[in-house]
Amino acid sequence: MNFDDTPQEAEFRATARAWIGANAPKQYEDELRKSSLGRTQLKNANILDVAKAWQKKKADAGWACLHWPKEYGGRGSSPIERVIWQQEEGPFGQLSRMFIIGHGMCGPTMMAFAREEHKRAYLPPLASGEKVWCQLFSEPAGGSDVAGLRTRAEKDGDDWVINGQKIWTSGAHYSDYGILLTRTDPTVPKHKGLTMFFLDMKSPGVEVRPIKQASGASDFNEVYFTNVRIPDHQRLGEVGDGWNVSLTTLMNERSAIGAAVSTGFPELFEYCSSLMLDDGPAIDDRAVRAKLANWAVKASGLKYTSMRAISALSKGERPGPENSIGKLVAGSMIQDVATYALDLQGAGGVVSGEDAELAGRFQAMLLRAPGTRVEGGTDEIMRNIIAERVLGLPGDIRVDKDVPFNKIPTKGRD
Amino acid sequence: MNFDFSDDQKQLRDQARKFLTEKCSPKAVRAVLDGKAPYDKELWKGLAEMGFLGVAIPEDFGGAGAGHLELCVIAEEMGRANAPVPFSSTVYLAAEALLIAGSDAQKKKWLSAIASGEAIGTLALFEGKGNPSPKNVKLTAANGMLNGVKKPVADGAIADFAVVAARTGSSGRDGDISLFIVDLRDGGVEVKSLTNLDPTRGQAEITFRDCKAEPLGAAGEGWSILTQVLDRAAVLCAFEQVGGSDRALEMGRDYALDRIAFGRQIGSFQAVKHMLADMYVSATLARSNSYYGAWALSTNAGELPEAAAAARISATQAFQHCAKNNIQVHGGMGFTWEFDCHMYYRRANAMALGLGSLSYWEDQLIDRMRKKNAA
Repeated sequence: MNFDDTPQEAEFRATARAWIGANAPKQYEDELRKSSLGRTQLKNANILDVAKAWQKKKADAGWACLHWPKEYGGRGSSPIERVIWQQEEGPFGQLSRMFIIGHGMCGPTMMAFAREEHKRAYLPPLASGEKVWCQLFSEPAGGSDVAGLRTRAEKDGDDWVINGQKIWTSGAHYSDYGILLTRTDPTVPKHKGLTMFFLDMKSPGVEVRPIKQASGASDFNEVYFTNVRIPDHQRLGEVGDGWNVSLTTLMNERSAIGAAVSTGFPELFEYCSSLMLDDGPAIDDRAVRAKLANWAVKASGLKYTSMRAISALSKGERPGPENSIGKLVAGSMIQDVATYALDLQGAGGVVSGEDAELAGRFQAMLLRAPGTRVEGGTDEIMRNIIAERVLGLPGDIRVDKDVPFNKIPTKGRD
Repeated sequence: MNFDFSDDQKQLRDQARKFLTEKCSPKAVRAVLDGKAPYDKELWKGLAEMGFLGVAIPEDFGGAGAGHLELCVIAEEMGRANAPVPFSSTVYLAAEALLIAGSDAQKKKWLSAIASGEAIGTLALFEGKGNPSPKNVKLTAANGMLNGVKKPVADGAIADFAVVAARTGSSGRDGDISLFIVDLRDGGVEVKSLTNLDPTRGQAEITFRDCKAEPLGAAGEGWSILTQVLDRAAVLCAFEQVGGSDRALEMGRDYALDRIAFGRQIGSFQAVKHMLADMYVSATLARSNSYYGAWALSTNAGELPEAAAAARISATQAFQHCAKNNIQVHGGMGFTWEFDCHMYYRRANAMALGLGSLSYWEDQLIDRMRKKNAA
């Protein structure tokens, strides 16, 4: 058991560190270091522009999407090298969150199911950040129940014609391409009638409407499809096999989100170290210390759980469903941490934005946190995954199993 | 980086599990629980023969000289099996105190007796209510004689010797405390068994009256040695707690698969599934924190104080959480003497107090994190 780099790892680390030191956009370092969940904008620059510029620079020097094969714009690195890179990239890694959907989910899905000429054409500009991708899965009728979606795809000659609506689509308003899950056969049970495509988001008939979130920001969108045509060669996987294709995406989604998620603990610890309460420093207060200690061990537990996962990866083991715990634990924790930080501010905690303590970091965190518990599978879905796939407990009873999709009730009450 | 035990260490874990599955059945645990014996002597002898008691004791002093990572994997199995033997008091507390502060003669005498299973040792620190603190040590030492009362002393009624914390000064500082070794077989002590939450590991009250004692470590160094001993024991106990958590989770999972209610396996109800998933989460976080503690312990890293406190808190919480919810999954059956659930529930709650309470360790953790941040 040790934390030391092997000689090769140490060499990789030194090379990465030197390159980052010479090339990273240092003028944003402080702001990026202090940004926390709910605040990913920059004061004097458009974060998407900054992120794209950094990503392009990395791609040109061979540091983009490290674990992807070289021919698709990556570096062909080992999982451990990817982790070392993330450690060295530090706060600048915040910028790559803009591409997390494309790099974490769309790319791997394309790699697994697209034709070779499409991979070579579409993946390098995705890796370099020149083209941004989104994932069009969720619908008003199918959030956690992804397979309940209703967007239709009907064959017309060599094309498919798409009609329907998606929702909660991150980044659709600045995306160039998307992967799209549709229903191609409503007369069979729901998991069997789905088909996956990728499409140009500028196609005629695609309309993106930003959704204003509880936090006031608009990271998500509704996307409407009206007679949108997609050529059949942009189909990913077989007709009717969309569910299996989407499982690849979802497994990648959970590990991508889980790996990047923050807990809010370092921010809270720092805050309590300087905060003065009525009768002294917060960190000297017994009740505060008990709370901090409880979150400290959750945060460290998550950190070392991911190190164990990295060790397993480096030995060639595949990431399994046990990685669901990252998002599950961090999601509730960040919400509780933010609530508590505001509680410590008393009546003043109600003020948000630039006028608030620490420029409103905890208020922003509070308003964004519910999203973390829902995106990529709710807490309840995560617990089901652990219970069923790790502990081997029975699956939930599904009354829609084996029922043709068009016979499944669509309303809870008349 | 390799944040995992080695293949050899995992093999040792398998070997320990196999041995304990055979020699330490729930029935054997119950014999001690029911008061038929103060501890499982056969098992203790077997543990010595397997080399488990001295696994982290150097060969020069009669041990196997393997190391603390090896001791961690054995500790996990001791916890899984709920072993009714004075393992933690002897191996984590007495032996660690000797390793840190003992003279060569003391190590030769006592460590080799521990490794061979001839001597049971313990640490006599507490004096009634309260957490580890110099000001809670009232027992005095003067002219090599101890006077005072210690309780609870883990396995005190069956121990052959004790490391005793005594007051040797009155400055009000940590330097007032010194450590002594007392051969409890020599007389001068009165030992009384105490009933306690977990009878599979006894507790005693020991009264010292003009009792002869030999210094362990330098005078006035007692508190600093004790702090190190408690940190090291915290990591080792955390592995026992992780083993116990895993076993409680496994029992709950198995029952949820076997038991039918409302025409279904109860493990198919989401409320039950989610309870078990949460048990898995707390056990996993505890395991990861404990691995970090194991690394710090085995390398004597500067991070040990913080890592030990984190492992202690996380593992205490996990074991309590898993043990109590295992009973909940079992329903009424879980609350009966006949089912084994309460043995883990007892152990979890007794262990939560043995090295000082959760709130004590929470306090320690925050102090240590602040120190690190300030440094």
